[in-house]
Amino acid sequence: MQHRDIPALEIRGLAKRFGRPAVDGLDLTVRRGEFYALVGPNGAGKTTTLRMVAGLLKPDAGEIRLAEIDALKDPVAAKAVLAWVSDEPMIYDKLTPLEYLEFVAGLWQVDANVAEARAHELLGWLGLSAHAHERCEGFSKGMRQKVALAGALVHEPKVIILDEPLTGLDAGSARQVKSVLRERVNAGGTVIMTTHILEVAERMADRIGIIAHGRLIAEGTLDELRVRARGTATLEDTFLTLVAEQAAA
Amino acid sequence: MSAPATTVWFAAHELRLAWRDWLSMMTGGKRSRMAVAFFALIGFVLFMHGMAVLGLRNVADPGSAPSKAALILISGSALLSFALMISQAMESVTRAFYTRSDLDLILSSPASARRVFSLRIVTMAAGAILMALLLAGPFINVMALWHGARWLSAYGVVLSMGAAAAALAVGFTVGLFRTIGAKRTRLVAQIVAAVIGAGFVIGLQIGAILSYGDLSRFVFLQSDVLAAHLPDTTSALWLPARAMLGDVHALAITFIASMTLLFAAVAIFAPRFGDHAVAAAGVSFEARKRSSRAGFRNLSPDRALRRKEWALLRRDPWLVSQTLMQILYLVPPAILLWRNYGDGAGALLILVPVLVMAAGQLAGGLAWLAISGEDAPELVATAPVPPRFIIRAKIEAVLGACALVFAPFVAALFLASAYEAAITAAGAAIAVVAATMIQLWFRAQAKRSHFRRRHTSSRVATFAEAFSSISWAGTAALAASGSMLALFPASIGLAVLGVSRFMSPKQDR
Repeated sequence: MQHRDIPALEIRGLAKRFGRPAVDGLDLTVRRGEFYALVGPNGAGKTTTLRMVAGLLKPDAGEIRLAEIDALKDPVAAKAVLAWVSDEPMIYDKLTPLEYLEFVAGLWQVDANVAEARAHELLGWLGLSAHAHERCEGFSKGMRQKVALAGALVHEPKVIILDEPLTGLDAGSARQVKSVLRERVNAGGTVIMTTHILEVAERMADRIGIIAHGRLIAEGTLDELRVRARGTATLEDTFLTLVAEQAAA
Repeated sequence: MSAPATTVWFAAHELRLAWRDWLSMMTGGKRSRMAVAFFALIGFVLFMHGMAVLGLRNVADPGSAPSKAALILISGSALLSFALMISQAMESVTRAFYTRSDLDLILSSPASARRVFSLRIVTMAAGAILMALLLAGPFINVMALWHGARWLSAYGVVLSMGAAAAALAVGFTVGLFRTIGAKRTRLVAQIVAAVIGAGFVIGLQIGAILSYGDLSRFVFLQSDVLAAHLPDTTSALWLPARAMLGDVHALAITFIASMTLLFAAVAIFAPRFGDHAVAAAGVSFEARKRSSRAGFRNLSPDRALRRKEWALLRRDPWLVSQTLMQILYLVPPAILLWRNYGDGAGALLILVPVLVMAAGQLAGGLAWLAISGEDAPELVATAPVPPRFIIRAKIEAVLGACALVFAPFVAALFLASAYEAAITAAGAAIAVVAATMIQLWFRAQAKRSHFRRRHTSSRVATFAEAFSSISWAGTAALAASGSMLALFPASIGLAVLGVSRFMSPKQDR
């Protein structure tokens, strides 16, 4: 079996209801070393799915395997290989970025010397070195998002899940974040991301999954999706065609 | 409906927000609990009236021509409340400056900021008055019932005190802003508020200890030494006390003076309030450099969590000021301990319940903030650490902080009396654990920045925590005196824990 064929994430029959079904028997496989974008209309179930994978929500039914670990039976082991970054960066206002990264390293049991070197490297990549010793309380949303991203990467997770990571970032910051994520994938990591910016999915993702009404309605490379949508030109056209077809069905 | 952006329109807006905040605080955001909250409020008012009956049963009416001793006692008690009112109002003013909420909207709108802030200063006064009325009202009612309707004029004094307290609080806080700047005012104002709130009572207690070797502030208020240093009964100093006793002339002067003070504060400070709020907003965006420190340390997850909690507790200006106030209240017992060192254990008996009570209260505040407050809940929830580890580390952080504060007192007590030190240590430990358990059962995850006020925690939890601390303090006091009756308050303490567990939200079990 090729390295890339080993699934980083495997979801089978995943379901979650909030009165109505939010995720409805979802099956999804993401390979190792893959940049996977999950796109879909508002309320499609993207965030709910990824929150269940990250252990932030309990599914009503289904299976989740992260790097071959059963995430529902052994959540602690699954979390050890995972990093989660939400669209609303949640960091500690009263800690500095370095203190925050030291705290994250402690949670994930990373050796102090390794973590410190990596923290400085990440803050450098993300353009935060000058702010490494400042408390986060005065940071802009973009800076906070970058600190949260550094926290996600400091323990070198096998799988990194990002929920709308580019929301609210300026063009320069968005490019820095995309570059760091691409580096991560080139180094063998797996990135799973939800986004409503279809150009980002189009440009960055190896494969794209389209989710609607809690189900995966289409999946593949951009070219494969275009073929399914009868030769549409952009991902936006493809996305709208496939979602409309699913709604009509 | 009044025209938009007028004073009446803003007043209606403020009133609606205040009502909804209060309702949400009382019901925990659940409308289904409205009836429970209503009956709880009625129960509280009845309970306070019961307390007033018990507390005032031996208090004689000084009559319409009070003695100097009676005037000193009434004025001293009023000053205690006044100090607390100023402290509370300073906390409100500081919060108004530093909490953004709707300030950006108001300051960026074409509406008159002066009008809005005038109204907010009046609202702060109203808050201080309402709180004072809730606590003092039952005592006034009981005195009016027993000794005549003239005691109802004390309501006018409470109103005047609230107005004056708000005016002084605005003046103090703005004064700090202008002298030490927006950056330092947040912490300093909260500390000053704590010192003002606790300072007067502590001063009286220290005076009583140094003069009479007694912790009771009333001993000092009734002393001949104090009476000799104060003016005679015709002095204007006694106007508020006379107003309380039904002197209409004194009431009119007190009321007019305090209202003049409030309106002067509004006229002077409201126009610049917006500028100060903008300056305070700038503080959030200023970089706060930390001195260079040692590199990363190898940390286990629980140690990383504990260190994080301690760092956040240390850096919370509100918590620092509240803890400082609680520690300040321990100064008089410490002086009593120092004075009685070597005199035998009898005089030290009073210290045991004071320390146990303070330990329970401190633990409750810290536990509420550490357990319920989490700025990065998703980070912690996605870490490869079992949830029980996270809670345990937070509890350990709280217990560690309490141990740090109270260990020196217990150690000093040990030098004077090993038995009382042992009882204090055990009582404090039980009170701390009980308060922490109550906050654990009633935890409600939210960002620390949303916890601006202690009373945003569950009402039930707050009362349970207070009753628990009182019960364990009573247990320790009786146990220290060697009485088997200690079992009675201990069983109440256990019952409080049982009821709290029963009433705690199901999802937390």
